[in-house]
Amino acid sequence: MAASIASPAPEGGYEFYVTEDPHAHDGHHDGDDHEHHHETGTMLGFWIYLMSDCLIFGILFAVYAVLGQSYAAGPAPIDLFELDKIAWATAWLLLSSITYGFAMIKMHEDKKNMMMFWLVVTGVFGLAFLYMSIEEFMHLWHIGAGPGESAFLSAFWTLVGTHGLHVTCGALWLVILLIQVQMHGLTHENKRRISCLSLFWHFLDLIWIGVFSYVYLIGVLL
Amino acid sequence: MASSNAHVSEHSSDAVSSVHWFWGKLDWDIFPFYDPVIFGTFIGTCILGAVVVAALTYFRLWGYLWKEWFTSIDHKKIGIMYMILAVIMLVRGFADALLMRLHQALASAGYVGFLPSYHYDQVFTVHGVIMIFFVAMPFVTGFMNYVMPLQIGARDVAFPFLNNFSFWLTVSGAVLIMISLFVGEFAATGWLAYPPLSGLTFSPGVGMDYYLWSLNIAGIGTTLSGINLIVTLVKMRAPGMTWMKMPIFCWTTLCTNVLIVASFPILSATLALLTADRYLGTHFFTNDGGGNPMMYVNLIWIWGHPEVYILTIPVFGIFSEIVPTFTKKRLFGYTSMVYATCVIMILSYIVWLHHFFTMGAGADVNSFFGITTMIISIPTGAKLFNWLFTMYKGRIRYELPMLWVVAFMLTFVVGGMTGVLLAVPPADYVLHNSLFLIAHFHNVIIGGVVFGIFAGINYWWPKAFGFHLHRGWGMLSFWGWTIGFWFAFMPLYIMGLMGVTRRLSQFEDTFYAGYFFVALIGALMIAVGVLAFIMQIVWSIYKRDELKCGDDPWGTGRTLEWATTSPPPYYNFAFTPRVYAIDAFQHMKDNGYKGRPTEGFTPIHMPHYTGSGIIISGFMTVMGFALIWHVWWLAALTFFASVVWGIAHTFNYNRDYYIPADEVRDIELKSAPVATPAE
Repeated sequence: MAASIASPAPEGGYEFYVTEDPHAHDGHHDGDDHEHHHETGTMLGFWIYLMSDCLIFGILFAVYAVLGQSYAAGPAPIDLFELDKIAWATAWLLLSSITYGFAMIKMHEDKKNMMMFWLVVTGVFGLAFLYMSIEEFMHLWHIGAGPGESAFLSAFWTLVGTHGLHVTCGALWLVILLIQVQMHGLTHENKRRISCLSLFWHFLDLIWIGVFSYVYLIGVLL
Repeated sequence: MASSNAHVSEHSSDAVSSVHWFWGKLDWDIFPFYDPVIFGTFIGTCILGAVVVAALTYFRLWGYLWKEWFTSIDHKKIGIMYMILAVIMLVRGFADALLMRLHQALASAGYVGFLPSYHYDQVFTVHGVIMIFFVAMPFVTGFMNYVMPLQIGARDVAFPFLNNFSFWLTVSGAVLIMISLFVGEFAATGWLAYPPLSGLTFSPGVGMDYYLWSLNIAGIGTTLSGINLIVTLVKMRAPGMTWMKMPIFCWTTLCTNVLIVASFPILSATLALLTADRYLGTHFFTNDGGGNPMMYVNLIWIWGHPEVYILTIPVFGIFSEIVPTFTKKRLFGYTSMVYATCVIMILSYIVWLHHFFTMGAGADVNSFFGITTMIISIPTGAKLFNWLFTMYKGRIRYELPMLWVVAFMLTFVVGGMTGVLLAVPPADYVLHNSLFLIAHFHNVIIGGVVFGIFAGINYWWPKAFGFHLHRGWGMLSFWGWTIGFWFAFMPLYIMGLMGVTRRLSQFEDTFYAGYFFVALIGALMIAVGVLAFIMQIVWSIYKRDELKCGDDPWGTGRTLEWATTSPPPYYNFAFTPRVYAIDAFQHMKDNGYKGRPTEGFTPIHMPHYTGSGIIISGFMTVMGFALIWHVWWLAALTFFASVVWGIAHTFNYNRDYYIPADEVRDIELKSAPVATPAE
């Protein structure tokens, strides 16, 4: 088995330890460097976190699939959803993803002020989305279509609500990052944080596309 | 009995109707004055707690604990703290087991027993929850935390602060469960809390809420810890350690944590939905409003079956480390071991329905899940043969860890075979929810996981503390557990085949009394094993100078953790090891290893300790308690506090420092620089 064969001894015999100082040659990070590991580790870790979050949404989608037609003599999607409003909300959210992309470009160009400008625009679009979501929820609540009315409404409120909660967290995070960038500039750490939020933000967009098509479009059109 | 039952249900319905704005559901009735068993324990625990607090204060240990342990983000200290948590909870969970055995023995002999039914239901629920979530899980997480970074030659895990935070979230869950013993009640629903029984209609009391918030909080910690360890394994292996040169324990850690990340979110989501049913009036799992209780059963087992393998896979890794060490041979079939582990990891996802064949999904669905379940026994069998072939013609030394391995092999095979039996749907229709099932899963979890944990503790203790565990007490513990296990669970197999169902607190027929008494005797033998284990630790600490050991205490260590000192310095390795082969340390010894370098030290980059993990978890514990008792203002306050503290933590950019080269040199030269050669 190939796996059980040791690598051939390097010339001059085996060196069992990395003895050269990894910090001696700054700016020239090789694969063994601790900090280098840590940097890429954060992005990988955040990515895995997003996948675990994706599973939570997966469960909520599955629950909606099972319960989505259990109206318990209450209202059905066609009675509740106003597609044109939802389409606007979707547009705000998708636009915010594009503007976040612009912010990332500016970040890579080290243009701090432009980056912050695009992040602010992203935040405003995000808030516009949230405003419309909350308005929809208030509307449903007032017409007596709260989460306790039927299994369908429970599944709907939870799925859309969980997404909204995520966007709220993202918006809060965005504000904090703006403050931190203002305080410390575009440092390595801040860039890493902005990249993580970028992943998060696009991820939420992707989930919303699922919600929009599966819950709203199919609910009203089919 | 009847009166206390009435008391409890009356109390529960009272509590629902009257919620005070400040105290929530809290009032004087929450203390279990009505039950002498609990109340006695309550008094005892209070006295013990007071003694411990007084001792810590008297010896001025609080500062030391806070600075060196609670705020520590050293993976080794966190690993040890996980183990301590697990041992404490093991004592609690085992006390519950003894209560049940004693009660059933009495009840089956014609007495009513000493536990009211409602209390008995709580005892078996809490026993299951504690043993899985707060004993087995912290034990395996502790091992993975302690051993894996050492084995891959890393200085710590990828996210050291997150590691500390995960640990304290687990503690937070454990604390809530412990509080439920004395303040209010615990769930009386069985350890997986199936609705509609666990819904508000049938479980109106706070017991279910304790269950939910405890697991909600602890579950987050487990997921975060899973992410952390995966990234550590992917990104921080020593140079030269390719995937197929990783120690098997690292492979099993990887597979386990992939399972954790891919299944604990399901648990969190499912419990969150049940929580919503109870708190927000939704209809996910209710009987009315279009809810679907069987959906809960499906979802919880989609988490629950991988969970079984989250517990066993790392333990298989422990065995795979121990067997080569004590047979002085390399592991037979490394590659097949890796693939077997991965196959088990994947298969564990497509067997969940075998937990409820009786749902009646139909012959086709049941056959599918029956067959996949049987297939899992193939890679597991392959592993067993690999260990046996490793032992074959090996120079076997029956040190304590190896004894546990042999006991595991003998016991686990029986458990595995009864498992295959249960995997046959028609047989399962007969045996479902019987004591046969109880005997089966205790057979695999005690015979597999618990024996493996003891093997691992005896194996790595010398590495962690620099002295061996005492053999005499260890032998007593070993025989207590192994013999006790057979006495405790063989009668359950027999009774299960005769049709006795699980979770019975009262019996009309005294026919089974003999069997239950044998089981009680077995439980008492295990009690001897538990006590001997604790004595083993106490005695070994007392005699630590006599039991002192070197860096490679077994003389035949093969992996990198044996290359550093015992106990390892907090930075693990002054110089990162280079790896050329599987069993890197053995390879070093075979190729002219002359000990660790004694010069050329460089500064080491390390993270600062931080109290944020324990503080945020503390807020979340109070938040959980407040939510359980409907003290809304306190819940909101502590939630807000934990969020603010978390955000404030991100404003701290001064996270790490360098250990100066001189300090590293001092530490390194103080410890004997030469490794003990193999005998």
